[in-house]
Amino acid sequence: MKKASTIMIIGSLFLLGLFYFPLWNIMLGAPQYPEPLGMDIYISGIKGLSEFDLQNIDGLNHYIGMKTIPKDGEMWEFEVFPSVILTMVVLGIFIGLFGFLGKLSYKWFIGWFLIMSILGIMGMYDFNEWLTDYGSNLSPNAIIKVVNADGTPMTYKPPLLGYQKMLNFDVTSLPEKGAWMMFIGMTLTLVAFYLGWRSHKNGIT
Amino acid sequence: MKKYSTYLATMLGSFLILSGCGNPDGKANSNGALASSNAEKVYVAPGEQDEFYAFMSGGYSGNLTVYGLPSGRMFKEIPVFSQFPTSGYGYSEETKPMLETSFGFVPWDDSHHPDISQTKGELDGRWIFINGNNTPRIARISLSTFETEEIIELPNSAGNHSSSFVTENTEYVVAGTRFSVPIPQRDMPINEYKGNFKGSLSFISVDPNNGHMDLKFQILMPGFNYDLSHPGRDKSHGWFFFTTYNTEEANSLLEVNASQNDKDFIAAINWKKIEEYVNNGGGTKMPANYAHNVYNESTHMATSTMKKEVLTVDPLKVPGAVYFLPTPKSPHGVDIDPTGEFIIGNGKLSADLTVHSFDRMIAAIEAKKFDGEAYGIPILKFDDVLAGTVKSGGLGPLHTEFDGKGNAYTTFFISSEVVKWNLETWEVIDRKPTFYSVGHLMIPGGNSRKPFGKYVVAMNKITKDRYLPTGPELEHSAQLYDITGDKMELLYDFPTHGEPHYAAGIPADLLAPKSKKIYRLDENEHPYAVTSPAEAKVVRDGNEVHVYMSMIRSHFTPDNIEGIKVGDKVYFHITNHEQDFDVPHGFAMIGQNTSELLVMPGQTKSSVWEPKEPGVWPFYCTDFCSALHQEMQGYVRVSPANSDVPLKFSLGE
Repeated sequence: MKKASTIMIIGSLFLLGLFYFPLWNIMLGAPQYPEPLGMDIYISGIKGLSEFDLQNIDGLNHYIGMKTIPKDGEMWEFEVFPSVILTMVVLGIFIGLFGFLGKLSYKWFIGWFLIMSILGIMGMYDFNEWLTDYGSNLSPNAIIKVVNADGTPMTYKPPLLGYQKMLNFDVTSLPEKGAWMMFIGMTLTLVAFYLGWRSHKNGIT
Repeated sequence: MKKYSTYLATMLGSFLILSGCGNPDGKANSNGALASSNAEKVYVAPGEQDEFYAFMSGGYSGNLTVYGLPSGRMFKEIPVFSQFPTSGYGYSEETKPMLETSFGFVPWDDSHHPDISQTKGELDGRWIFINGNNTPRIARISLSTFETEEIIELPNSAGNHSSSFVTENTEYVVAGTRFSVPIPQRDMPINEYKGNFKGSLSFISVDPNNGHMDLKFQILMPGFNYDLSHPGRDKSHGWFFFTTYNTEEANSLLEVNASQNDKDFIAAINWKKIEEYVNNGGGTKMPANYAHNVYNESTHMATSTMKKEVLTVDPLKVPGAVYFLPTPKSPHGVDIDPTGEFIIGNGKLSADLTVHSFDRMIAAIEAKKFDGEAYGIPILKFDDVLAGTVKSGGLGPLHTEFDGKGNAYTTFFISSEVVKWNLETWEVIDRKPTFYSVGHLMIPGGNSRKPFGKYVVAMNKITKDRYLPTGPELEHSAQLYDITGDKMELLYDFPTHGEPHYAAGIPADLLAPKSKKIYRLDENEHPYAVTSPAEAKVVRDGNEVHVYMSMIRSHFTPDNIEGIKVGDKVYFHITNHEQDFDVPHGFAMIGQNTSELLVMPGQTKSSVWEPKEPGVWPFYCTDFCSALHQEMQGYVRVSPANSDVPLKFSLGE
């Protein structure tokens, strides 16, 4: 159980990566952008891959009537996400510590994992909602209005995951280092649960 | 007599070689495997980039053109000494001061010899320098922005031809006068030239941090013509070598009268010695009047200051600083090999090349073996300094470059060829025709300690039938040769803009990574810049009106202006708010008596418009910047001089 608890602590600490590395990345390449424009989505805000990428994405998007990319402080998520993650890290460390001291059952490990998974899914859902709004809530005075074959206005929601062709742009959306660290951390807490369960079954504390 | 017959035999031999070489017209064999492999060697596939940059002087265009090698594609014309409506250089308020001189605004020059800055004798790719030949000037061009940053005028100089070559660590960029003149200038009979005129050799120090140039001293030499020059390198670092002609000091019909002496001189200048003399307070300060024009990348503006004094040095007052090396037949180029040992005099009226030895020169100086003097300057004995003679078999040698593998390549103007020869044996290894009448040649880094001996480019003076005819006036022609093998191979032929004299080449990987993409708007210190469209405004001051305008895809802010009157002087100060690579915007106003402006991202440029008629006059963006480029336009309402239409400006109202 000491080993399991240690892994639980390490697993929770992996979430700290989200404070340093982006969670998600969206790249936009086009014939006239051989060096693609890119945005890195952090839990605390959105940054350009290169310094002026966001400004240039906004500049291009104004033609099709899209809103500008939210700045720091323009989305409640970027205020809440860091505290949620920090809370989960602290909670995970405490669970691990108490597990180490034999004050808590290994079942708490899976409990933490389930809460984190639900929060993660909620986060992804929220992110997808924002992408949908960003890509389809277009200005009625847009300079360029493109309609689909069925006559509906074309929308520009970037893919949540994977590749999509949008007008002249090739858009790719993939998890970034922060997300990978979170996945590893969460997997470690599952491992901790398994080891805890095994040592419990074998009667070792 | 014996010597003469050897000479004749060599000549004959060379003609035999020439005519024996099956492909003398340089046209590709129609079915040879050779021709197809040559095509591959110069083919840079779409999307691929060239291996070298080549900077070719524009000659009478006054500019500098940038090419890629081996493709021969032209990338840019950098305006230097000439007004350039493409970008507004020399027309915009910010760049007009760049072309100020002591003679006033001179909108043109004749640019000759570009040279890239060096550190420890190797190309460092910080700056490229080039000389204006006609109204003596030296320019410094940034190799991160590829824009002219500084121009300094040279007093006491005329026909600034033996310029602009840098010393091994870019301590100095050196400029010599081709025409000797009265110093100081004065009203005197021309035929009293001899003994009265002087030739000035200028040493311009270069600040290692920002490249700023300062005319540190001028050596006042006898009144010969100083034709070309090159620095010593490695062991001969600290010396500078100048060719002379017209040591006869003729003042008329020079083609005959300046070709009488069997030998002219290469002047060897120990500039370290003179520098020390000057640093210790030596030299004479002389009143002068010359312009120093500096462009500031932060303010995007140039300023011109007139300098009033120059430090001159009488070479006789610095013993051991200047010597003459007799060199046959009005030498044109003087070129120093990568080791610094060989000083090659290209005697343009001769068939042979004279190679002097630096070591032998030092030995002769130490042994004081002099053969008289000219105006007090010791002349060394020809035989004491001679390292060897290249019996080239060609006629009219002009310039030599080096491949760093012990070979030299010399152009022959009269016999239209490049000759490859060995630097130890003086034997000719190969010769290839050029088309036609070649002047300079260029191997990237070929005049440094470290040449990149892959290609040589021959720059020709006569084009004739090489390309589709374009009336009497033709661009010049250049040929590219592969020099990696024993024999040179003609790969390609391409036209060049203006009249390239010399050129400078450098591997692309030394420059391309540091080429600037945009100017940062947050670093723009132009006094009339607007860094946010909210700051855009129109301000009247008497009959001067200043329009602070911004532009971004695809509109100007403001784009409607009213309250301008006939007789006003309207300054448009336009800031490009893009921070995206390769998104310039232009500005042109109907009837404006100047050029358009092409403004790079983050940059501010200004131009003046003096409306002459009441009306509503449009302006527009001249660069097809975006899908809405045609919509990027605006109007200025001009009212009669006595009207009281209020000043008003707007966007989107």
